[in-house]
Amino acid sequence: MSVLIFLKAAIHAGTPLLFATLGEVLTEKSGNLNLGVEGLMLLGAIGGFSAGMITQSTVVAILAALLAGALGGLIYAFLTVTLRANQVVTGLSLTIFGTGVAGFVGKLFMGRNLPENIKAVFGARPLPILSRIPVLGTIFFQHNVFIYGGYLIAIALGIYLYKSKPGLNLRTIGENPHAADASGINVNRYKYLHILAGSAISALGGAYLSLVYVPVWQENVTAGRGWIAVALVIFSMWNPYKAIAGAYLFGGLDIIGFRLQQINFPLSQYIIDMFPYIITIVVLVFSSIYKKRDHSPSALGVSFFREDR
Amino acid sequence: MNKVIELKGIVKKFGTVYANDQISFDLSVGEVHALLGENGAGKSSLMNVLAGVYQPDDGEIIMNGERVTIPSPRHSIDMGIGMIHQHFKLVESHTVLENMIAGVKSRLFINYKKLGKELTELSQRYGLQINPFSELNMLSVAEKQRVEILKVLYRGAKILILDEPTAVLTPQETARLFDIINSLKSDGHSIIFISHKLDEVIEISDRITVLRKGKHIDTLKNEHLSPRSLTNKMVGKAVELKIERTKTDYQDILLEVNNLFVFRPDNSQALKGLTFKLKQGEILGVAGVAGSGQKELCEAIAGLQDKITGEILFKSENICGKSPRDIINLGISMSFVPEDRLGMGLVAGMDLVDNVLLKAYLKQPGIFVNRQEAQKEALNLIEKLNIDTPSVHTKVSKLSGGNIQKVLLGREIELQPELIITAYPARGLDIGSAHKIYDLLNEQKIKGNGIIFIGEDLDVLLKIADKIMVLCDGEVTGIVDPDLVTREDLGYMMAGKKLERGEVG
Repeated sequence: MSVLIFLKAAIHAGTPLLFATLGEVLTEKSGNLNLGVEGLMLLGAIGGFSAGMITQSTVVAILAALLAGALGGLIYAFLTVTLRANQVVTGLSLTIFGTGVAGFVGKLFMGRNLPENIKAVFGARPLPILSRIPVLGTIFFQHNVFIYGGYLIAIALGIYLYKSKPGLNLRTIGENPHAADASGINVNRYKYLHILAGSAISALGGAYLSLVYVPVWQENVTAGRGWIAVALVIFSMWNPYKAIAGAYLFGGLDIIGFRLQQINFPLSQYIIDMFPYIITIVVLVFSSIYKKRDHSPSALGVSFFREDR
Repeated sequence: MNKVIELKGIVKKFGTVYANDQISFDLSVGEVHALLGENGAGKSSLMNVLAGVYQPDDGEIIMNGERVTIPSPRHSIDMGIGMIHQHFKLVESHTVLENMIAGVKSRLFINYKKLGKELTELSQRYGLQINPFSELNMLSVAEKQRVEILKVLYRGAKILILDEPTAVLTPQETARLFDIINSLKSDGHSIIFISHKLDEVIEISDRITVLRKGKHIDTLKNEHLSPRSLTNKMVGKAVELKIERTKTDYQDILLEVNNLFVFRPDNSQALKGLTFKLKQGEILGVAGVAGSGQKELCEAIAGLQDKITGEILFKSENICGKSPRDIINLGISMSFVPEDRLGMGLVAGMDLVDNVLLKAYLKQPGIFVNRQEAQKEALNLIEKLNIDTPSVHTKVSKLSGGNIQKVLLGREIELQPELIITAYPARGLDIGSAHKIYDLLNEQKIKGNGIIFIGEDLDVLLKIADKIMVLCDGEVTGIVDPDLVTREDLGYMMAGKKLERGEVG
C-alpha cells in the first residue's frame, strides 16, 4: 500500500517537471535551445500566484501563468530568432531575468496563502471508472485536474508532432531550416509560434508549484527543476510520450529522500537530495555512449538566416 | 518562342563583392537552357534569386510577361519554380515521403498511406523509382537527387532549376539524369541546367549562357559549338589545357598499404581491405563517387583515424594506428592537405604568418614562438607561388579559394614531405590556379616524393596520375593505368564493376 501511495505522490511531484519538459521539447523541435526553462517556470509561478491572489479566480491565474511564460518566450524568440543572438547566452539570461522578476514581485506575497476557492479547484477529483482500475487507477486517476491536464498535453503534443502537417513542418525546421525554407515553410513564424507555446507550457510547470504543490508563495519555489527539465528533454529523446515516463521517474526521485527519512533509512538527507542530479549525469553519460542515433534536432542551437552561404 | 522567365539587369552584392553584376537571362517554354561558368561565376546566386532565397539589389524579374518580385521560396514555389540545390535541402532522418510533403498546404493530419500511393504514381510517371517510406539516410546520392526532383514536381513546378546536378553522379547516373531531363522537357517543363562541365552542357542544352566573374558573357544556341570556344568564353583568355605527366625512374616503394580496414564510429566499415603500393616519384590518383572512403583513406594514413586494422608501411615502418605526433617522432615527414581547407588545414581567422607558424613552431626551441622566421617564410611563399594577398597580416579567410589553397599547399611543401596526401586540391579554383597547383605537385614528384591525389575530375586524374585507384563503397574496384582506360571505364568502376583490362596492381 505504501508503495502505491509513493507512486501516486511521484506523479504529483513529477507534474511540474512534465510541463517544463514538454514545453522545452516543443521549443527545441523548432531548432532553438532554450536554457531559460528555470526562468520561465518562475515567471509562470509568480504570474499564476499573483493573479490568483489578486483576482481570486483560478481561470485568470492559469491564463496569467501562460501569458507570463509566453512573454518570457517572446523576449527569447525576439533575441534568438529575429536578432539571431546566441541561444545559450540568451537562455541563461532568461533564467536570471525570471528569477529576478519572481523574487521582486514575490516580495508582496511572501508566505501568503492562496485563496481557498482556488485550492478547492485543485482538490483531488478521482475520474469515474478509470480510478477504479486496480493499482493503475490509484496511481494515475485519483488526482487533481492539473495533473490530468499534463497527460492531455503530452498526448496532444505527441499527436501534433508525429501525425499532423504543422508538426512535420516543425520537425523539418528543427532538422534543417534551409530545407524547410526551400520547401516554402515560413521558418521564423513557426519558430516564434512554437517558442511562445513551448514557453507557456513550461510556465505551467511553475504555476503547478505555486498554485497546487505548495500553495504558499516562497522564494525560489522551482528549486532547480527547470534545469532537470532541460536534462529530461535529452533523457526522453525529444519525444513527448517518453517525457511522461521521465518526468514521473524524476518526480519519484525528488520525493524519495523524504520517504526514506520517515522510515529512518540510514542515509544522509543531503546525499539523497543529490539523487536526481546524479541520475541526470548517469543518464547523460549513458545516452552519449549508447546512442545508436542522435535524436536531437540536427539544427538545434543554430540560428537561421536565409541568405547564409 | 514564348518566354516564361526573363531576368533583366540583375545585381546581387555580398558586402562589396558583386556575385551578379547586371545579368540578363531568359528561358523559353520547353527548353533546356544551360548556365555555364566556373565556380564563383555567379550561377547559383542568380538562380537563388529566382528561388526566392536571395533578394536582388537591382534588376527586374518578368514572368509570363508580368513584372514580379520573389520575396521568399514560398512565392517562388507558388509561381511554379522548383530549384534542386547543389547541396540538397533535405532532412536526413525523415522519410522520402515526409521530405516531399513538408511545406505543402494540405489537411491538418497526414494520411501516409494515401500520399504514399500518390507519390509512387508520380515517381513512376517520370521514371524516378523511389520508395516513399525509406528513410533518407539509407539512400544513395543519386536517389536523394531523385527525391529533390520529385519534391519540386510534387509542388507543381513547371520550371526546374538544377544546380550542378552531375557533380555527385557517376557518368552512368548522369546519363540517366539526362533521360529524366529529356522526358520532363517533352512533358512541357522548362529547365535551367547549371554546370561547369562543357561536354555535359553541349549534350543536354538547347541554349547556353556563359557567366564569368558575375558578368553575363554570351548566350548562344547550341549548334556547332566547340568546347574550346566555350572554354575561352568561360575563362576569359585562351588557356592551354595541358597537364604534364613527367616520367620518373625511381624504383623504391615509399608506401605500402596491406589489407587496411577503417571503421566508422558506428562500427560500420568505411574501408574494406585496401591494398596498394606507392613508389617514390609517383602520383597515385584516387577516383570514386564522393563518400566512397576517400576521406577515411587520407585520414588513416595521416594518423587521424582510431578504429583501423591492417598495415600501413612507410618505407617498411608500420604506422598503422599511430597518432600524427607518433608519426612525426618516427622521423617520417608527410603532409596531408585536406579537402576542408579552412576547417582542417588552416585557421581562417589567423593571418598568413600565424598559419605558417602553426607548423613551424614545432621546430623552434624554447617556449616562445619566433614570428620573424615565420614571416620570412610567409613572404617567401607569397613570392614563389604568386599568392594574391594585401599583406602577410591578412586573415586567410579574406583570400580567394585559389590563394587559400596555395598558402596551404605551399606551407606543407616547405616542410619537404616525402609523402603528400591531397584531397580535391583544385576544387573551386579557376583554371589558372588549378594548373599552378598541378605544376607544384609535379615538381614534388620529380624530386622523388610520393603523392596520393584524391580527385573528382576524371579528366584531370587521367592526365596527371601515374596510376589510378578506383574506390567504390570502401573497396578497391581496380588500380589501372590511365593510358589504357577511358573515363567511361572509370565510371563503371566507380559504380562497383571490375574492369578486365588496364590493371596494374
